[in-house]
Amino acid sequence: MTLAAELGVPRGGTLRRISDFLLARRGFYLLLLLVPPLLWLGVVYLGSLFALLAESLFSIDDFSGVVVREPTLATFRQLLQPANLDVIIRTVTIAATVTVLAVVVAFPIAYYAARYARGRTKAAFYLLVMMPLWSSYLVKVYAWKLLLAKEGAIGWTFDAIGLRPLLDALLAVPVIGGPSLSTSYVGMVLVFLYLWLPFMVLPIQAALERVPGNLIEASGDLGASPGQTFRQVILPLALPGIVAGAIFTFSLTLGDYIVPEIVGPSSLILGQVVYIQQGTAGNIPLAAAFSVVPIVVMGLLLTLAKRMGAFDAL
Amino acid sequence: MTRRDTGPAPEAPGPAAVSFRGVARHFGDVRAVDGVDLDIAPGEFFAMLGPSGSGKTTCLRLIAGFEQPTAGTIRIFGEAVDGVPAYRRPVNTVFQDYALFPHMNVLDNVCYGLRIRGVPRRQRELQGRAALALVKLAGMESRKPGQLSGGQRQRVALARALVVQPKVLLLDEPLGALDLKLREEMQGELKSLHRRLRLTFVFVTHDQGEALSMADRVAVFNEGRIVQVGSPEEIYERPRTRFVADFVGGSNVVGADIVKSWTGTAKDASIRPEKIALVAGGTAASSDGIVVPATVTEVLYHGAMRRVELRAPFGPLVASVPAAGANLAEGASVQAVFPRAAIHLMESA
Repeated sequence: MTLAAELGVPRGGTLRRISDFLLARRGFYLLLLLVPPLLWLGVVYLGSLFALLAESLFSIDDFSGVVVREPTLATFRQLLQPANLDVIIRTVTIAATVTVLAVVVAFPIAYYAARYARGRTKAAFYLLVMMPLWSSYLVKVYAWKLLLAKEGAIGWTFDAIGLRPLLDALLAVPVIGGPSLSTSYVGMVLVFLYLWLPFMVLPIQAALERVPGNLIEASGDLGASPGQTFRQVILPLALPGIVAGAIFTFSLTLGDYIVPEIVGPSSLILGQVVYIQQGTAGNIPLAAAFSVVPIVVMGLLLTLAKRMGAFDAL
Repeated sequence: MTRRDTGPAPEAPGPAAVSFRGVARHFGDVRAVDGVDLDIAPGEFFAMLGPSGSGKTTCLRLIAGFEQPTAGTIRIFGEAVDGVPAYRRPVNTVFQDYALFPHMNVLDNVCYGLRIRGVPRRQRELQGRAALALVKLAGMESRKPGQLSGGQRQRVALARALVVQPKVLLLDEPLGALDLKLREEMQGELKSLHRRLRLTFVFVTHDQGEALSMADRVAVFNEGRIVQVGSPEEIYERPRTRFVADFVGGSNVVGADIVKSWTGTAKDASIRPEKIALVAGGTAASSDGIVVPATVTEVLYHGAMRRVELRAPFGPLVASVPAAGANLAEGASVQAVFPRAAIHLMESA
């Protein structure tokens, strides 16, 4: 009696033969795995992206409004006009502010979840962090508009606890302030911060989760105080997660055009300009050129992060 | 034997390097360490031996400061360390899985403790290189831990702990993850490093061979307590309890009722396999020895010796006999013969 017969293993059927065939031909197997995603990413996604970028090299005829299909850098030069440059700087500043604040808010949450929460607490953490993603984006933004409005819940709370002057002082700050939270940059940043927080918490938590507890013990063992251990061991090892989260929050803010439409002052940010240029203005080349900006900014940021050694721990 | 085996090390002149007095560490209902008294002499190579969950690692972590005792006092060179965090204790640890910092190269790993202490770069790199040379890793300074073999990581971990000049070096199963050949090599090196540095080593292991071959003294742990402390010879030759005899291994443990019929004393006893001679067939006459009829169940090749497993009337028995002349087949009837002096009486606990 063979071992297989002893164990009562059934003889292989068609499925077995198929898996044998695939195992023997690794290349074919990989091809089967990769063709669908490559078709999607390569052709549909990258293809349309490059088509869009190609548009940015065209220009628009000022009189007829017709796209001139000849390669030129004229449209990119248009980006450097003060009004357009203003939009770019404003957008990058907002995105950077949102990202920095998101790191500050997300890190303690992620740290707690990775190092202390166990079992049910951890399940609760995942639930609470992801729950905002379950409801409609538009509903959340409009809800925030109401919260931030002059007579909204936040202003009311400040009134109730006697901190109204503090809120007024904040709104009196030039540039970031405004008549009410819902029409100020402070409000816009708060809404962005709320919307993108899960995208910052989860990568940081995943990175911290991968830091073995004994590295922290080893650091202490070698004489490092908890603060030193945090700076020398935990933070560098969490950096890839922070960078991943920053990529999410930064690029999501750079591209968003709905939040600034609903909350914040009337000056446009990048996403809105793209929306207007390709829609009402019908200037596809300029819209495309604006779309290149986030890509370039992200590229620069990632290069910078790599130079700083953010990915050494990967 | 009048001296309690768990008493202070006799050779200790000044304060012990590490002393435990009534130390306990409970995790909820689990008594990981439950009333340990212990003195480790300065310069001693001390092994804590026991099965997993016996409390040996917790004891090491209590010395390191990763755990605080629930009760009792720990002193390091005479100073009570109650509530002193790990980063302010004069001891360093070589971790079981090395715990090297993955984002730093070998030299930065080794220099970490010096950097924390604010030693200037040139000075600390000099010391770091010297430490790497000490563990025979010169030339590997710029590698990342991920590019090293297990044995090399082990050496980096050792250099990293030594470079900050600990008063006591703690080793948590440092050889557990290495393969046999590397393990034997590292055993020899640790031993010679210990001789050279005259530092106190506290070594945790579940491998009795490792403990016996390397340590000056061994503490055998079971269920959060120390069962026996003594030199390797004492532990091996004169196990105090059945547990020690079983765990240190190789010994035959015989129940009290059988021992009573041999010696008149109703106590469990251990008999080393090499003290048992085998006489093939027939009847062996022995004036002052014990003769037990037995059947051979298995013969295992062990180089110059044969390990012969036997079935005696009271249970299994193992004998270790020279290969020469041991022409034994499985199922053969033999007489197992051993002198009365070979019967080591143990405490029943």
